[in-house]
Amino acid sequence: MLNRIFFTLVFIASAQLALSQSVLEETFYQSGKINVVIAVILVILLGLFFYLFRLNKKIDQLKK
Amino acid sequence: MMKNWWKFLAVILLTYVTLFSLLTPLVPGGLAVNINEIKKGENNIDFTGYNTHFNTDQANLRCFISVGQQWIEGKVTTIESDAKFQFSVNLPDTLPSTQVAFYAYTPTDGAIYVSSAVGFSDIVINSNTKLPDLKNKVSNEEHKRWGFPFQPILFETIRNLMFHVPMWFTMFFLMGISLVASFKVLSGKWEQDVIAVSSAKVGLVFCVLGLITGSIWARFTWGTWWTRDPQLNGAMIVFIVYAAYVLLRNSIEDENKRARLSAVFNVFAFILMILLLMVMPRMVDTSLHPGKSGNPAFSKYDLDSSLRAVFYPAVIGWAMLGYWIYTIQKKLETLKQASHVE
Repeated sequence: MLNRIFFTLVFIASAQLALSQSVLEETFYQSGKINVVIAVILVILLGLFFYLFRLNKKIDQLKK
Repeated sequence: MMKNWWKFLAVILLTYVTLFSLLTPLVPGGLAVNINEIKKGENNIDFTGYNTHFNTDQANLRCFISVGQQWIEGKVTTIESDAKFQFSVNLPDTLPSTQVAFYAYTPTDGAIYVSSAVGFSDIVINSNTKLPDLKNKVSNEEHKRWGFPFQPILFETIRNLMFHVPMWFTMFFLMGISLVASFKVLSGKWEQDVIAVSSAKVGLVFCVLGLITGSIWARFTWGTWWTRDPQLNGAMIVFIVYAAYVLLRNSIEDENKRARLSAVFNVFAFILMILLLMVMPRMVDTSLHPGKSGNPAFSKYDLDSSLRAVFYPAVIGWAMLGYWIYTIQKKLETLKQASHVE
C-alpha cells in the first residue's frame, strides 16, 4: 500500500518536472540563484530527518 | 547535562552557521554589459550590477573602460535603477591591448567590473599606445565591504560552501572513526565492530547528502547534474564501496568472523577513499571541481575572511552533528547485537 502511494507520488513528481522544466529553470536562475541554496539546505534537512525518524523507529521496535 | 556540552555546542555552531551563511550579503559585483563589439568614437553601453547602489549613489557614479593597464572614463547617460545604468564612452582609433573590462564606481560599492570578451571594429591594437591619464583616479582599497565574495556564475550559490563541503568533511571524520575501530578489531577487540559499522553507516548518509547537494549545485553552475569528472566519479565509487561494506556484512553469520573480515574491507575502503577523493583528482588535470587539479578553491577569494568565519564553524558543527547521529546509530547496533545473542 505504502509502496504504491510512494511510486504514484514519484511518477506524478517526475511528470510535473518534465512538464515544467522551463519553470524549474526560471525559479533556480532568478535572483542570483538563491533558490539553489534553499534546495540544497532542504535536501540536507529532509535527508537527515528521514534518517533520524527511521533510526528512532528501529530502536523502538528493538526495545520491544 | 554537562556530559552533553558538545551537543549544545553543535546546536549553537549550526545555528550560527545557518544564520550567517544565509544573512551575510554578497558584496556588489558586475553582472553583464550588453556590448560585444566596441568601435571607434561613441559607444553606448548598458551596465548591469548585482547588489549595487547606482541610483542611491548617483551623484558619485563613475564609469570606466580598462584597456590593458590603462583607463578611459565614460559618461553616465541614464540611471535606470540601483542595478542598471547606461553610459557612453568615446574611444580613440588605437588601443594598447585587447583586454577590455568595464568598470563602475560608487563610493558605497567601490569599483566593480565586468570583463567580457569583445570584438573590435575599426580599432587598431598597438601595444605602444599611451592613453591620456585619468583626471581623478579612484582607489578601491578603502571600499572593502563586508560580505561573501561575488563570483560570476556562482552568485548566491557560494553559500552552498557552508552546506555541501562540510558533508564531505563529516564523512571523512566518521570514516576515520570507523577506520580506527577497524584497526582495534584487527588487534583483537572485536566488540569494537559496533563502532566501525555505526560510524560507516552514518558516514554513508553524509556521503549521499554530499552527492545530492553537489549534483544540484553542479546543475545550476556547470549546467549538468553529473559530469565525467574524477572528483565526482571518485565520490560515487566511494559511496558504492562503503555501501558494499554495509551490505556484505549481513551475508556473514558468525559475528567474530564478520567483525574481522569487514574490518579488513574497511581498511581498504578507507585507503581507496583517500586515493579517490584526495590524491587522484589532484593528479589528473581534467577536474572541474574547485580545489582540484589546479582549480582554485575558495580560499583564494576570501582574503577578507568572511567565508572562513562561517566555513570553519560549519565544518566543526556538521562533524559534531554527524558524531551525535553516530552515537544514536551505535545504540541501535548494540541493541541489534544484544537481540541476536538472546
